[in-house]
Amino acid sequence: MGIAIYVLAFGVLLVGLYGVVAKKNIVKIIVGLLILDYAVNLMLVLVGYRSKGGAPILDVAGGQKPAELAATAVDPLPQAMVLTSIVIGLGLTALMAAMAIRLYEKYGTFDMNRIRKLKG
Amino acid sequence: MVPLLVGLPLGVAFCVVAMAHVKALSRLIAPLAIGIVLVNLVMALSLLGAGDVHVFVGEWGPGGTLGIELVCDGLSKLMAVTINLVALASLIFAGAYMRRFTKVWLFQALFLLMTGAMNGVVLAGDLFNLFVFLEVAAIASYALVAFGCESEELEAAFKYLVLGSVGSAFILLGVTILYSLTGQLNMAKVAAMLPKGPAVLLAAAALIGGLSLKAAMVPFHAWLPDAHPSAPAPISAMLSGVLIKASGVYAVARIVFNVLGPSSQYATILIALGVVSMVLGMLLALGQDDLKRLLAYSSISQAGYIVLSLGVAAQLMVGPRPDRVLAGLCLFGGLFHLFNHATFKSLLFLSSGSIEQQVGTRQLKEMGGLGRRMPVTGFCCRIGALSIAGVPPFNGFFSKLIIIIALAMAGGVFPAAYVLCAVAAAVAVGTLLMYVKVQRYVLEGEPSERVAGASEAPALMRVALVILAVICMTAGLAMVPLRECLFGPAADALLGTAAKAAMGVMP
Repeated sequence: MGIAIYVLAFGVLLVGLYGVVAKKNIVKIIVGLLILDYAVNLMLVLVGYRSKGGAPILDVAGGQKPAELAATAVDPLPQAMVLTSIVIGLGLTALMAAMAIRLYEKYGTFDMNRIRKLKG
Repeated sequence: MVPLLVGLPLGVAFCVVAMAHVKALSRLIAPLAIGIVLVNLVMALSLLGAGDVHVFVGEWGPGGTLGIELVCDGLSKLMAVTINLVALASLIFAGAYMRRFTKVWLFQALFLLMTGAMNGVVLAGDLFNLFVFLEVAAIASYALVAFGCESEELEAAFKYLVLGSVGSAFILLGVTILYSLTGQLNMAKVAAMLPKGPAVLLAAAALIGGLSLKAAMVPFHAWLPDAHPSAPAPISAMLSGVLIKASGVYAVARIVFNVLGPSSQYATILIALGVVSMVLGMLLALGQDDLKRLLAYSSISQAGYIVLSLGVAAQLMVGPRPDRVLAGLCLFGGLFHLFNHATFKSLLFLSSGSIEQQVGTRQLKEMGGLGRRMPVTGFCCRIGALSIAGVPPFNGFFSKLIIIIALAMAGGVFPAAYVLCAVAAAVAVGTLLMYVKVQRYVLEGEPSERVAGASEAPALMRVALVILAVICMTAGLAMVPLRECLFGPAADALLGTAAKAAMGVMP
C-alpha cells in the first residue's frame, strides 16, 4: 500500500496539470487548477499519515501520557498546513470565478482561443 | 520591531477598508498609506546597523524558541529596504495616477496587503510561512493587475493567475517533500537535517520550478509580457521592480544557498535559466512597439543577470576548495543589480505611466519629442534608460561591470565562465540598443499630432519620479559605503552556511 497511494496522488496532480495546460474552456482550466490544488493538499496530508495511528488529541481523562501520544498519533502539523492551504485555495477560487464572469461579460465567450487581444 | 514590518501594512490594510465607508475618514486613506510605508522604510533602514535579528512569534516551548521564526539577516534587510523604497515611490505616484479609477481605497488596501506580504516573504524563517506570504502577495497582485477591469487587463490577470497558481502548487509540493524528509519546517533546521538522495532533488526541482515561474525565468515567463503592461503603472512598477525579485529571485537564493546548500546541479540549473532569460528577454524586447511591453521583456532579461550571478556564485562554492571571496564578489554584483534594477525599472514604468496618462498611447511609433513637452518626466525617463543600459556614472553601469568582471575572474576556476562573461557583455550591448530605441522614439524627434498637446504630469507623479532618479544617480557613486552596510552583509548571509546552520537550533 505504501508507495501506491503517493503514486496515485501524483497521478491526480498530473490530471490537474493536464486540465490547466490542454483545455480551452476557461471554466475547465479553473477546474483543472482546483484538482491540482487538491492533489498537492492530498500529498501534504499523506505525509503526516501513520498506519494504525490515532487522532492527535490527548486523552487526559483516560490518563494518556504526552510521550505515548507522540508515539502513536498521526502528525498534526501537516493537517494545520493543509487547512491554511485549503483556505488559500478558496480565496483563489473566488477570485478566479469572479474574473471568469467578468471575462464573459467583456468577451462574450469562455473559449481561451478567442480571448486573445494581447499578442507578441 | 521586526514583526511590525509585516504587521503594520497588513493591519492598516484592513483599517483602510473600514475607513473607506466613513465619509469623514476616507480622505485620510492615501496619506495614511503613504505614511505607513514611510514608517516601514524608516524601520528597515534603522535595522541596518543591528546584527541578525531572530524573533520567534509565539515564543512557546522551553526558552521561547518554539514558534514561527522571523529572521532578519543581511539579505532580508537589503530586500526590506528595496521593497519599502519602491513601494513608497509607487504609492506617491499612485496618489495622482489613480484618480482615473473609482474605489481607490480598494487599491490602497490591496497595495498595503501586497507590501506587507512581501516584507513577510523576505523576513520568513521557515518554509511554510514563506509559502503563505508568497501566496498573499501573489493574490493581492492578481487582483491589482485586473484593477481597471477592462478586457485586456482581465485577460492578462487571468493568465497571470493561472500560471501563478501552478507555480504555487509546485512550491507547496517542494515544501511537502522537504517536510517529509526532515520533519522540520524551520529553514535552519531543515538545512541541518537534510539527507542525501533523489528525494531532495525532486523537492529542489519542484521548488526551483515553481519559484522560477514566480521570477519569470524563461521558459516560465509567459505571464509577464501580458501582466506587466496591462496593470496600472504603479502596480507595473511594483511587480517588475520588487515582486518578481522578492518572491522569485530572493526565494530561490534563500533556498539554494541556505536550505539545500549549493551544489553543481543547482548551480547549472540557475546558470542555464539565467543565460536563457537574459538572451531571450533581450531579443524579444528589441522587436516590441509597445513601450510597457518592451520594459516587461527587459525585466526578464535583467532578472536573468541576477540569477546568472547567483548560479555562478553557487558553482564557485562547490567542491573541496570553495572560493568564498570570488563568490562574494559575484553575489555583490548580483544583489547590487537587484537593488539597481528595482529602482531604475520602477522609475521607467512610472515614467511610462505618466507618459501614457498625458499622451494617451503606449505605442512607441506614435510618440515623439516628449523630452521637450514633458521636461521632468523626460529627464527622469532618460536617467532610467541610461541607468539600465549601463552608462556611467549611473548605478546600472557599476553593477553590470561587477558582474562581468566577476564572471571573467571565475573563468579561472571553471572555463565556461568566459563564455558566460561574453554573453553578459553582449546582452548589455543589446540592452543599450533597446533603450536607445526607447529614447529615440519617446524623447527625441518631432512630436506627431497625436502628442502635440501633451503637457507635464501632475506634481505628485513628478515627485515620485525624482526620488527614484536621485537614487539612480547616487547609488553607483555611493557603491563603497553601500557595500559596507547593505550588500556585504547580504552576501555574507547567503554564503555563511555554517553560521546559518548554527542559528535557530535549540540548545
